Amino acid sequence: MTMNRSSKAIKYALAIIGVLLFLFPLYIIFNNSLKPFSDVRISEMWIPARNVSLEGYGEAIVKLAQNIQNSFILVIPVSLLSVLFGSVIGFIFAKVKFRFSNVLFALVIFGMFIPYQSILIPLVRSMNKIGLYGKLSGLIVTHIIYGLPISSLMFRNYYAKIPDELVEAGMIDGLRLWGVFTQVVVPISLPTMVVVLIWQFTSVWNDFLFAVVLTQRPSIQPITVALQNLAGTQVIEWNVQMAGALIAAIPTLLVYIFLGKYFIQGLLSGSVKG
Amino acid sequence: MYCAKKDRRLAIIILIPMLSVLFLFVYGFIAWSLRISFTDWNSILPDMTWVGLDNYRMLFSSQRFQTDIRNTLYFTVFFMAICIVGGFFLSYLLYSKLKGESLLRTIYLFPLSLSFVVTGVLWRWIFSPEVGINALFRMMGFKATFGWFTSTHSVAGFNVALIALIIAASWQYMGYTMAMFLAGLRGIPDQLIESAQMDGAGEAAIIWYIILPIIKPITFSAMIVLGHISLKIFDLAYAMTGKGPAFVTDFPGLFMFETTFRGNHYAEGAAISIIMLFLVALVIVPYLYSTLKGDAQ
Repeated sequence: MTMNRSSKAIKYALAIIGVLLFLFPLYIIFNNSLKPFSDVRISEMWIPARNVSLEGYGEAIVKLAQNIQNSFILVIPVSLLSVLFGSVIGFIFAKVKFRFSNVLFALVIFGMFIPYQSILIPLVRSMNKIGLYGKLSGLIVTHIIYGLPISSLMFRNYYAKIPDELVEAGMIDGLRLWGVFTQVVVPISLPTMVVVLIWQFTSVWNDFLFAVVLTQRPSIQPITVALQNLAGTQVIEWNVQMAGALIAAIPTLLVYIFLGKYFIQGLLSGSVKG
Repeated sequence: MYCAKKDRRLAIIILIPMLSVLFLFVYGFIAWSLRISFTDWNSILPDMTWVGLDNYRMLFSSQRFQTDIRNTLYFTVFFMAICIVGGFFLSYLLYSKLKGESLLRTIYLFPLSLSFVVTGVLWRWIFSPEVGINALFRMMGFKATFGWFTSTHSVAGFNVALIALIIAASWQYMGYTMAMFLAGLRGIPDQLIESAQMDGAGEAAIIWYIILPIIKPITFSAMIVLGHISLKIFDLAYAMTGKGPAFVTDFPGLFMFETTFRGNHYAEGAAISIIMLFLVALVIVPYLYSTLKGDAQ
């Protein structure tokens, strides 16, 4: 759209104000995480660090190393298995017609909108019964199951756009449905696989509710719970807290910065229509 | 589409175990929670004595839950309004072909990749009355004494302590509505805008008569998504403020978590969760119905 100069100048000014509003919290985080504890003073949060020190990071890493590892152990299998299950379910709903498939799919999708509080008590009881309560494996199973709706939705929306003729051509070549899926459909699903992979990576990494309810022992808690515990202590060691917050944010931030296109695609498919 | 009977059977056989587990964990557990909410299980030991709607009655007459519902409604309205207006505004800026557009987009969107816990920890310091924004204003010579999330003032039932949470949540989610609107704006054919300009339409007229009608359905989707997020809000409030003095920053999600897992009031917690589910379903079910029905045609 073309427009005159002064309106363009106003827009640049507004865009820059927007940038400042979005970025100033990052300034707070960097500025204060780089201060040595001796420089941390209540009135000086906004004043640039006079002495730069990695003390805060050192301490945060020591306190959070185990939890970062836990988060990776959690996130990797969940993301991979979400791709596997999501693609199979999504394919069947997109390309196999059977009775009530629409109703069934709506029931699947509704699962991603529910407040998880409404399943928490039974979840804890069941995990207890099968011996997975308080274990990382229990958290993994939980995230895989409750990740099925969004993963299936993303794949179904993608597969719905693949022409039926492609699938039929595979069948004429003598492939069965399963063969078409593995040999024709899977090889062209890479973009959606990436979308689901990083979507699940980000949302499971960032999850707090399941983690805080299902893991009690600090040694198995994921990073979000550990960060909350670290920050919950009302001591004003905020250089450590800020460093911890940044460390907790780095993996998902990197994913966002380098795979932003897929991240946004995932974001937009969260509103049901592809 | 052609599909052999045998293949269809195989597909259904594959689907059945996966959907069974999912439905058990979703609908089975919801039914279980519902059952618990009708019982007297308010201590460590399960007690499945049927008490009917007692837990619900107790909740609706409790000060805390009434505050929670009011907080949720106010939070939802402001959070949605800010994200939609702000998100549209940002998307329109990006649509105006500014230089550095992709950098701007990256900056406006990055908070979405963060955990609510990170956002909470960070913004708690920013709004901390002695430390954050207040200290900045004092440095600039103003007298800043507003208590932010520790304030117990309320205006027409709106706890002003919520302002801090609304700002933090909007900071995180405004990029989401921006991305949705931007996708919509990019779909508008250039000729449409150009011919309107040739007819002498100014920018305001173009926005009002062309752009807004086109993005109306997107606004609706955005409202649904944001609305269901704010009805479920938990992490952010937990990490940033907790329930606050006199529950000024309390929400049903926090109440449920505390009363269930800290206080062992399982039946009460279950009742809260069922009310939350009901509120979300009010928003989501009609939306899913209309969207999926449209899809099938």
